[in-house]
Amino acid sequence: MIVYILCFVLFLVGLYGVITRRNLVKIVISLSIMEFSIFIFLALIGYIDGGIAPIITGQDINPTYVDPLPQAMVLTAIVIGLATTAMLMAIAIRLYRKYGTFDIREIKNLKG
Amino acid sequence: MEVTLSILLGFMIIGAIFALHAKDLLSAVIAAGIVGYSLVICFLLLKAPDLAIVQVVVETITLIIMVAVVLDSTREELKVKIDTQQIFNISLAFIFMLALIFFFVQATDMLNPFGQHSLRMASAYVGETAAKTGSANLVTGVLFDFRGYDTLGEATILFTAAIGVLTILRIKGKK
Repeated sequence: MIVYILCFVLFLVGLYGVITRRNLVKIVISLSIMEFSIFIFLALIGYIDGGIAPIITGQDINPTYVDPLPQAMVLTAIVIGLATTAMLMAIAIRLYRKYGTFDIREIKNLKG
Repeated sequence: MEVTLSILLGFMIIGAIFALHAKDLLSAVIAAGIVGYSLVICFLLLKAPDLAIVQVVVETITLIIMVAVVLDSTREELKVKIDTQQIFNISLAFIFMLALIFFFVQATDMLNPFGQHSLRMASAYVGETAAKTGSANLVTGVLFDFRGYDTLGEATILFTAAIGVLTILRIKGKK
């Protein structure tokens, strides 16, 4: 149970960062921290005590595999996380070149 | 097992908190790398080698992108004074946290304790993957055969993101 709670705390740290930080780079970092906490949570749910990695080797007699379904889902989510992070960083560097700052208060007046 | 994972997760939380409060943006990015690479070790402990491999590659690329952005712009963190807006934001964050803690407590009643997961949907996959898809790796079998359209969508998203990044970073913009 303690691992689920720690996971949730990690998610809350990311949420706190997204809401309170004013630097674009730190907001992106906080978003990726939230993503990581979700990944580890899904991997934790699929774990079975005494299970082995879900790869059929043919040498184990009557094996117990950990759940492959959350792992497949997380694999997709990790790659999409990379895509969103790259996109956000591109927007951040573009805004920096235009406004000369990462401060979101300075960038608020977006007028064409 | 649970103790090892708890220590690693505590390490990740410390890294995350440091990343949010660092004065230097470069050290913030490196501290975010602590979180990502600890995640790799967690995946290995949780018997998910495929996830660990993908996470190593993705985390390295993310770090390279972030370091490149920070080196290309500025390393200094903004000087934030505590004003009413900041106090409002912090209290808003705590309200959100309280609401999420409420839902978390509700949701954990439905979860099995750690390590006692029961295969429901995946039991069919575990039994049939080798015969139906010919893949020895169950994750690959699920990802590329049973849920192939998911992977197609994922590839579409990657392609869209690449086009988006290229469009945003165009040298010439319209006036």
